[in-house]
Amino acid sequence: MRFLQRFLKRLVNFATGRHADQRLQDEIAEHLALQVDENLRAGMSPPEARRQAAIKLGAAQPIRESHHAEQSLPLFEDLLFDLRYAVRMLARSPGFAFIAIATMALGVGATTAIYSVIDATLLHPLPYPNPTELVHIEDYLPGVSAKAVGISIPEVKDLQNSGIFQYMSIYGFGSVNLTGSAQPARIAFKPVTPNYFAVLGANAQLGRTFDPHDSTPGFNLEVVISDGLWKREFGADPHILGKALRLDNDVYHVVGVMPAGFRDQGQSTEERNTELWAGTGFAADPAPPPLRNNRLRLGTVARLKPGLSIAAAQQRLDALVSSLTKQFPEDYPAQASWNVRLFPLSETVVGSIRQSLILLFGAVGLVLLISCVNVANLLLARASARGREIAVRQALGAARARLLRQLLTESLLLFLLGGVAGFAVLFCARKFLLELIPESLPRLNDISINWGVFAFAIAASLAAGLIFGLAPAWMMSRLDLTATLRQEGRGSGGSRERSRARRVLVISELAFSLVLLVAAGLLLRSFWDLFKVQLGFNPDRVMAVQTWLPVPNNPAADPYQTATQEAVLVREVLHRNRTLPGVEETAIGNMDSLPLGHGRDDLNASPLIREGFELRSNQAPSIDTSIVSPEYFHLLGMTLARGRLFSDQDLEDTPSIAVINEAAARTYWPDQDPMGKRIRLDRSKPDWTSIVGIIADARTESLADAGTPQLYLSIYQHPAKDLAIFLRGPIDPGAIPAQVRSQVQSVDAELPVFHAETLDSVLSDSLSVRRFSMEIVALFAATALLLAGLGIYGTISYVVNEQTREIAIRLALGAQRGKILEMVLRQGLSLAATGAGVGVVGALIASHLMAGLLYGVSPNDLPTFAGVTLMLTTVALAASTIPALRAMRLDPITTLHSE
Amino acid sequence: MKEKPDVLQGTLALMVLKTLDVIGPQHGYGIARRVEQISGDLLAVNQGTLYPLLLKLEHEGSIASQWGASENNRRARFYRLTAAGRRQLQAETRDWEQSAAIIARFFKIKAEDLV
Repeated sequence: MRFLQRFLKRLVNFATGRHADQRLQDEIAEHLALQVDENLRAGMSPPEARRQAAIKLGAAQPIRESHHAEQSLPLFEDLLFDLRYAVRMLARSPGFAFIAIATMALGVGATTAIYSVIDATLLHPLPYPNPTELVHIEDYLPGVSAKAVGISIPEVKDLQNSGIFQYMSIYGFGSVNLTGSAQPARIAFKPVTPNYFAVLGANAQLGRTFDPHDSTPGFNLEVVISDGLWKREFGADPHILGKALRLDNDVYHVVGVMPAGFRDQGQSTEERNTELWAGTGFAADPAPPPLRNNRLRLGTVARLKPGLSIAAAQQRLDALVSSLTKQFPEDYPAQASWNVRLFPLSETVVGSIRQSLILLFGAVGLVLLISCVNVANLLLARASARGREIAVRQALGAARARLLRQLLTESLLLFLLGGVAGFAVLFCARKFLLELIPESLPRLNDISINWGVFAFAIAASLAAGLIFGLAPAWMMSRLDLTATLRQEGRGSGGSRERSRARRVLVISELAFSLVLLVAAGLLLRSFWDLFKVQLGFNPDRVMAVQTWLPVPNNPAADPYQTATQEAVLVREVLHRNRTLPGVEETAIGNMDSLPLGHGRDDLNASPLIREGFELRSNQAPSIDTSIVSPEYFHLLGMTLARGRLFSDQDLEDTPSIAVINEAAARTYWPDQDPMGKRIRLDRSKPDWTSIVGIIADARTESLADAGTPQLYLSIYQHPAKDLAIFLRGPIDPGAIPAQVRSQVQSVDAELPVFHAETLDSVLSDSLSVRRFSMEIVALFAATALLLAGLGIYGTISYVVNEQTREIAIRLALGAQRGKILEMVLRQGLSLAATGAGVGVVGALIASHLMAGLLYGVSPNDLPTFAGVTLMLTTVALAASTIPALRAMRLDPITTLHSE
Repeated sequence: MKEKPDVLQGTLALMVLKTLDVIGPQHGYGIARRVEQISGDLLAVNQGTLYPLLLKLEHEGSIASQWGASENNRRARFYRLTAAGRRQLQAETRDWEQSAAIIARFFKIKAEDLV
C-alpha cells in the first residue's frame, strides 16, 4: 500500500516534471544557517563554524542526487533520456534508420498478416457458445476398410440417450427450390433434426428456432431462414413469421430468422452459407425406414455434457459401441468391427487448410528471422562506426550496464518503429490483401486486423528487438577502451568478435533463405505438375449450368417420380439447349458427375453390393456414383476402354446397366473381369445392375488423385434430382445462363436455373488454395533472397573496408588485381557455401514436414535442391562482386596516405 | 562499519517518526539535532541524508510538510506526523519491541538453560 502510494506520487512527479530541487536547496541553506548559529554559540570563529556545518551536513551533490531520485522515477527518466537520444541518433543517420525500419516493417508486417489469418481460422474458436464442447461424430467399419459410413436413426437415438451429449443432431446439406416469387430460386438448405440449433447454442433474432424436443418423424414443416435470405427475398418483412414458403412443392411455415452474424458450421463455404433450415426426424418420407442397418450419409454434430473431455467421452462411447455390438450381432458383424469416433468440431471446419496455414506461418517466420538477422547485421556494422563514441562515453565514466541499456533502447526503438510501420502498411492495405485470399478458405469473413493482431505485431517486434538487439549491444559495450581510442576501433579485439558474429548472422540468413527457396521450389513444382496433369477429360469450352428438380416429401406429389417421367424433361431440355448459339453438344448429369465441382463426395457415395461378394449391405464398400445422360462421356472426352457406353435405348423397362472406371475394376474385381458382373446399389430394391463398360480413369474427383473408383448410371434408368446441364462449344459465358433459363423454364416454369460456370474456372478454383500458398511462399522466398543478398553485400563490404590497408599493402607490393578480386570473392563464396550447407539440412527437414502438401515431387527432389543452391550461390557471388571490384580498384598510394 | 547504512535506512526512518511524535512539527535541522542527541554518533555526520529520507516518508504518506517560520524567523520546511504515520510508528514500535525482547532473551541464555 505504502509502496504503491509512493510509486504513484513519484509517477505523477515524473509525468508533470515537478522538481523539488529548489525546496531542497532552501532547506539545506536553512539547515546550514541554523548549524552555523549553533557553532558560533559554541564559540567557533565564523569561518570555522561554516566549515564544521558543511562537514556535518555531508557532500551536497550526492544528497541532491538521491533526493532527486526519490522525487521521481530514475528508471523512467533514463528511459526517456535514452529514447530521446536514440531518436536523435536515428535522425542523424536517416539512411540506416530507413533501411532497418523498412526491413523490420517487411518482416513484422508479413508475419502479422499471416497471423491475422491464423487468428481467425485456427486460433479463434467457433462462433458458438462453449465451442470446445462441440464435436463431430463419425462411424467407421475398419474391418471392411470403410470410413465415414454414415449413421442410422436407431444409432442416433442410442447416442442421444447415452448421457454423453447434451444434444446430438444430424443434418443433411443441399439446396431446395424456393418457388412463388418472381423467379424460382435455389437456396442452400439444411434438413436438420430439431435440436440442431440447441447443439450450436444459437438463437433466432426474430421468432424462434425449432423445439429441440420435437419428435416428428418426418419434416415438421417449420423452417428457419437466414438474415441474408430474409432481407433479399422478403425485403426484411417484419411480419415474416408464419408466412408460408413453397420448397420443392411442399409448403412450410417460417418460424424464425437467424441473426445477421450467424454462420452455420460445415466443411465447405457453401455449407457455412446455408440460408434455410427445416426440421425433420429423418425417420419418415422421404428418408428410408428408420432401421439399424439403414445408414444415412448425413453430417453429425453434438454438444458434450459440460466438463466432459473428448477423451473421456470417447471412452464412454466405446463402451456403448461394444454393448450395442453384443446386443445386435446381426447388424454389427464382428468382421466389420464397427466403431464410432469423436472429433472436435473446429477440426472439421478448418481441417483441410491447417497444413497450408502452418506452412505459411513457418515461411513467414523465416522471413521475420531473416529481417531480424539483417537488422542485427546493420547494427553490428554501426558498432564499428560508433566505436569511438562508445569508448569516449565509457572513458567518461558511463557504467557498462547503463551503456548496454541505452544501446538496447536504441535497437528496441528501431524494431518497434519497424513493427508499427509494418502494421500500419498492413492496416492500410487490408482490403487489397483480403482479395488475394482464395474464397475457399474457411472463415474468410472473420479475418480482421484488430487489437489482438496489433498486440501480436508489437509483441513480435519487441521480442525480435530484445533478442536481436541484445547481442550487438553486448558486443558494442565491451570494447577494448584504450585500443579503440588509440586506433578508432580498427583491428581491436572487439572488432574481430563482431566480424565473426556478422559471419554467423550472414550464414544463418543464407541458410534460412535456402529453406524458403526449397519450399517455394517444391510447391511450385507440385503446382505445376498438378496444372499440367493429364486430366483424362477435356474441360475446354465446357460450361455447366445447374437446374434441380424438386424432391417433395410426399413421393406422390413428385412430377418426376420415375425415370420415364423424368426422361421426357431431360430429352426436351437437351434438345432445346442444343439449339442455343454456339452450342455443339449437350449432356445432363447429376452433381456428382460435375468434375471437381462437389466438395461433399463423402455424403454422396452409394454402397456397392457385388454379386457373390457381399450378403449384407452394411458390409459393402461405398463408391462414388454419377448419374448421366448417354452423351456425357463424349462431351467430356472420356474414353471407353472396353465394352459399351449407355445408349438412348437403355430405358427404365430394359435391364439396368452401369459403366465403371478402371480404378473401380482394379479395386473391386482385382482378379476378375468385371464385364457382365452384377451389382446392387440400393438395398431396398432387389434389381441387379450389370456392368457393360469400363472407361479410362479420369481425374474427375481430385486433380491430385488419378484413380478414384467411379460408377456411372444412366439417367434414363435412374432418375436424379440434382442436375447439371453440360454445354460444349464456342458459347458466350455471359449470355448463356439467361438463354438456358428461358429454355428450361419453357419446359417447366417452376425450375430454378442457377450457378453457371465453365469447367476451366471450376478447375482453377480447385487449385486456389494451393496456388495461394505457393504464391505466398514464393513471394516470401524472393524477399528472403533479396535480404540475404543485401546481407552478404553488407558483410563483404565491411570485410573489404576492414582490410583496405592490407589490400593496399598487397597492391603496393605488386599483387595482381585479379588476385585481390579472387580473394574477396572467395570470402563471399565461402560464406555462401557454408550457408547453403546448413540450409540444405534445414530444407530437408522442412520439406519432409511439408510432404503432405507436395504432389508428384519427392521432398528430396534433387533438381529443386540443386537449382535453388545454384541460385543462392549466384546471388551471393553477385552481391560480393560489387565490394570485390571496389577492392580491386583501390589506389594503394591514396589509401596508405590517408590511413 | 559496513552494515551501518542498512541499519540506518530502517532505524533512521523509525527515529524520525518517533521524534516527530514526541516533539510535534519540526524542521529538518531540528529533527537532525534530536536524532543526534539521542542516538549519539548515528547522525553526527552526513546529516544531509535525512532529506531524501524525509521526502520518501512524505511520498509514503507517513509525514506531511509545509513552509513555516523557524526560531530565527526564516523560512523553513516543517514536517509533522500524519495519522497514517502514527499508525505505522505504533506498528513498528511493537515489532521492534518484540524482536528486541526475543534477542534479549537469547543474549541472557546460559549453557545450563539449554540442557
